[in-house]
Formats: sequence, structure tokens, C-alpha cells
Amino acid sequence: MALITAENVSKEYRTGEITVRALRGVSFDIEPASFVSFVGPSGSGKTTLLNLIGCLDKPTEGTMRVADTDVSLLDRKESAAFRGSHIGFIFQDFNLMPVLTVYENIEYPLLMVQSLPPAERQARVEKLLKEVGMADQRNKYPDQISGGQKQRVAIARALVTNPQLVLADEPTANLDSETAYAVIDLMKKMKDELGTTFVFSTHDQKIVGEAEIVYSLSDGRLVGRQVKGGRGNG
Amino acid sequence: MGDLFKIAVRNLFRYKRRTILTASLIAIGVIFVSSYISISGSFKNMMIGQITDSMIGHLQVHRKGYVASIENLPLNMNMKPQAFRKLESILNGQTEIEAYSPRIKFGGMFSTFVETTNIRLNGVYPEKEFKAIPLLPSRVAEGQGTLNRGEIFVPELLARGMKAKIGDMIVIVATNEDGSVNGRQFKISGILESATGPGGRDGYIHIEDAMEVLRMGEMEVSEVAIRLKHFGEAEAFTKKLDGLLSGEMNKEGKPIFEVHAWQQLSPFYNVARMIDMMTVFIQLMLIAVVLISIMNVMIMAVYERIREIGTIAAIGTLPSKILSMFVIEGLCLGVIGVVAGNLIGLAIIFILNVSRWVTFDFGQQKGLVLSPTVDPVNILAISAIVIFVSVVASLQPALKASRMDPIQALRHV
Repeated sequence: MALITAENVSKEYRTGEITVRALRGVSFDIEPASFVSFVGPSGSGKTTLLNLIGCLDKPTEGTMRVADTDVSLLDRKESAAFRGSHIGFIFQDFNLMPVLTVYENIEYPLLMVQSLPPAERQARVEKLLKEVGMADQRNKYPDQISGGQKQRVAIARALVTNPQLVLADEPTANLDSETAYAVIDLMKKMKDELGTTFVFSTHDQKIVGEAEIVYSLSDGRLVGRQVKGGRGNG
Repeated sequence: MGDLFKIAVRNLFRYKRRTILTASLIAIGVIFVSSYISISGSFKNMMIGQITDSMIGHLQVHRKGYVASIENLPLNMNMKPQAFRKLESILNGQTEIEAYSPRIKFGGMFSTFVETTNIRLNGVYPEKEFKAIPLLPSRVAEGQGTLNRGEIFVPELLARGMKAKIGDMIVIVATNEDGSVNGRQFKISGILESATGPGGRDGYIHIEDAMEVLRMGEMEVSEVAIRLKHFGEAEAFTKKLDGLLSGEMNKEGKPIFEVHAWQQLSPFYNVARMIDMMTVFIQLMLIAVVLISIMNVMIMAVYERIREIGTIAAIGTLPSKILSMFVIEGLCLGVIGVVAGNLIGLAIIFILNVSRWVTFDFGQQKGLVLSPTVDPVNILAISAIVIFVSVVASLQPALKASRMDPIQALRHV
């Protein structure tokens, strides 16, 4: 059974008098434990699609099902709760909380979103700190670590709630090539170890090659699907 | 909840200078208010103390209708002996009363054999009067401070005008209730400093001398001044005594007595009220300072952290928790200001007390040293107001943050 099912999804925005059609009848399925990439030029609809999958936005037409839930039917509070329990996010600019240490940034979703007891929080954070290789940087603040390290922390923060799905919007855009490959390798490793589905957007052709399935978007339409290895479902 | 406070405090100290400036502004407001309340409150209490303990007492009982014509000191409005005995029996049963003093008040002529003028006199039992009006002995500027039969305390201004001195013999002439005139010689045993307010220029003689001058067979009392053990109970006790005495009727079925608290007898009550009103205005200014400064800081905090708000909203933080985070931040800012303000304010009040800098004149009394004190209830009230206002001021920015669209927030540059 697919983890994500998009059926004829369209999204329109109104900016003043102009209506922008960001997505036009997009349909696809993504299976659990996949490593999927959406590629396309700027304005092709990648970020809009990730926002719809991540319950941050609702489709104008069509349905978007994630983990057997029609996310377009969720209200604001339900969406937040759904994201907190099912989805992890990795951002292009890392978006770590500057007042929290590496440890506290990773712990944040367990504390503020899932309200787990301290012992369980500690166990999960310690495990992920080791997994992402940041155990020795735990007490540093975001402004004391490099971009690649920040993205490692962001990956740990996205995974700490044990989500079924991690969405990453251009996760390597602000990193040099070497660091970008390292981050993608880490994401793949975490996918293999935890069975988490990773869906990311990118326009970096070298990074695209790392995905198992690549969906190509152009002008809001799904124009291609390429299976590169691993599971080729959908 | 503890973690929310930790994050709030850390966020506040991201912008140390701004936080310190805002907290300082709140602290200065709290310092001004607590200092003002302590100084004005102490001045008010001292002023009330001067009025009640020098002249009026905490409350007074008269025959019904006496106060309306008190300027004439009407002898025919005095309490009849039977009524006074009844009143005494009721007053003796009240545990709240520390002392009471019956007075016969009348107007008369004061003659030094060379010059004559008019005078208002109070016939009192000195020992009872000194207990009910404990500052009266301290007003005796010259003389021995005791009042025996055949002696008189003369108000300072009158003595000066009439060139009367301690030990001089003078004559008091008065018209009694029947209209006949009587006189008696008195020796001046005390010169009384004037005090501001009703009765501040009155002379005092022994009550039995007053009865003699007025040819009273039995004592007919004009008023009874009452001092309570606790001044704070004055209002409640006035109501209680009024209730107890309201059942005492004359033959026509009308009430015999009327009870007046000091507020109804002294024009200085309005000054005290004015001080209270000014305190309220000062508190309103503090509220405005706190409201504007915290709202300003929190609005800026929200605008500066839009992407952060988008991030925490995206990863699933509920709107209510985002709201709490910002409200707690405002609350912490208020608490920091309140704690600093209270500590500095209390230190200033302590220094004022130790240094005895603040003095003032009241009526003829010069150089009264003010000892500012502040009621813990006032400190708590100021703190509660500031903290409450801090929360209210944070609400609008916090609501804005909690209602922010995560997509728009994440796009914010």
C-alpha cells in the first residue's frame, strides 16, 4: 500500500488579479521506505508539491493521501498534529533554533510536539546524535557549527520523532558538492536503517542521480518518472 | 512548562541590549510607583494621624443634629445625662475601642483683664482626652502638659495676640443654656500649638470647670471622641456602632445619636482621596509604560523570527504552544522588570528611612520627618498589575505568531 497517493492534484494561487497554476493534475504513488526526488527548474511546482504532501497547504483540486489520511481534509490544528507524528522536515537553510544547542534542537520536536518523557527523549536524541556523527558537538549552538553539520542536525531533528516520511526541500542547495553528497549519503543511510521514506526536491543533477525514483516536473505537470535503482514502484 | 520558560529566557537574551533596556524601563516605572506610593501613603497616614490623634479621634458620637450646627456649639443640642450614660454603657462593651473622651464644647469670652476676645473651649477629662487624642500633650508647646481644675490650655495664636503667658490668670465668660451669663477665673497652664483642621484653635479646660461655668447640674456632653485599637477598623466599627446606636430612640421615636467617622468631620479627607487618585493615575502611567514597551518588544520579536515560527509550525508545534512561547517571553520580561524594580524600590525606601531626608510641614508643625513604608500588599498589587499587563501586551503579537501560515513564514526573508 502506497505511503503517499496523489490523485489529479492541482494547486492555484491568486496573486492580485493573476491566477498562478502551480500544479496541474499531478498523480503519483510513493511506496514506504522509498528515496524519491522531484526535479525541475524553478517555478516547476516542486516546493508546492512538497508543501501539499507535508500538509502545509491544501490542493485546489484532487486528493492527497499520506499514511492513509486525506490530508486535504485536515484543519489547521489537525494538520499540525499530523505533521508532528508522521512527517519530518529538512529545510534548505537548515532552520535550526539559534538559541538551542545541537542537542536541544534535535530534542525540540520530542519536547514541544510529542511531549515525551525525559528518559525517552534522551535515548532517542543520543542515538541520533551518534547516527549523524554529531555526538561530540552536542553542546554547540548552530552558529558554532558548519553548514554540513547544521544539515546533519536538521536530519536528526527530522528523524527523532520516528516519522514515516521525511520531506526535504532543496536540502543541499546551500552546501558544497562534497558536503551535499555526504548529506545525501546520510539520508540514504537513515532510510536504509530506519525504513523512513525520504522525498526531496532538487535541481542539482548530480544529486538527482542518488535518488531511487526521480519525478520530473515542468510548469506544474509531472513530465517524467525515472527508476534508478532500489524499489521502482509507483 | 519549564522548557518553555528556558526557551523564552534564551530568546529574550538573544537581544540583550533591547531586553535590558525594556526591563530597565519597566523597573524604573515600578521604582517610581513603589517610591511614590510609599512616600505619598506615609504622608497621607501621617497627615491622617495628625488630624485624628491631635484633635478629632478616629470617630465621634454626637446627639442627632449636633454636627449640622456644630459651628454654633449649641448647648441645647448636647446629650442629656441619661443618653450619655446609655452611650457609655454601649461604648464600654466594645473591645475595639482603646479610649474615648466625652467633651463639653462651648463658646465664650476670653479676658486678660486688659483685652477680651472670643474663644472656643472644650471641657474634658484630661486623662481620658490624652488617651483618646494621644498627640494632644505633644501640642503643648509651653507649660507642664497637665490640665488640672482651674487651669486652661490656650491656643498659641490667641495667647500671642492677647499677650497671655503661662501662669497668667484670665477670665472665661460664657452663656449657659438658660441664657444667663457666668464667669470664672483660670490660670494658663499650657500654650497649645495650632493644628490644622476643626478644633485646631480650641482651648481646653477640665470638664468639671466647664460644667461650673455653664452651671450644669449633671453633665451634658457635646460629643464623645473615640480612639480605636486599630485605625484600619475605623470604617467597619463606625458602621457597627451606628447600627448599635440606631436602636436608641427618643420619646418622639427619633434616633438620639449620630456617629461620624473622621472622614466626615475633616476636610483633609478630600486631600487623602486626592492622594489616592494621584496614586491611581501614577499606576495607570506605569501600565501604559509596560503595555507599550512590552508590546513593542514582542511585535519586533515576532517580526524578527518569522522563519523560526514557520519552522516550528511546520514540524508540528501546535498554535497554542507557539502562543504560549511568546506570551511566556513577555511574562518573563515583565517579571525581570518587576523583580529589579521592587528590589531597587525597596532599597530606595530603606535609604530614605535611614537618611531621614524627607521632611514636611503640616499646619504649624514644622520639619515632620516622613518615614516611607510600603505595604507588602501594595508591592504584590504593583507586581501583579505589571505581570498581568505584560501578558496582555504579549497576547496580540503571540496570537499573530500562532496564526501565521507556515508556508508564508518559511518564505519570509
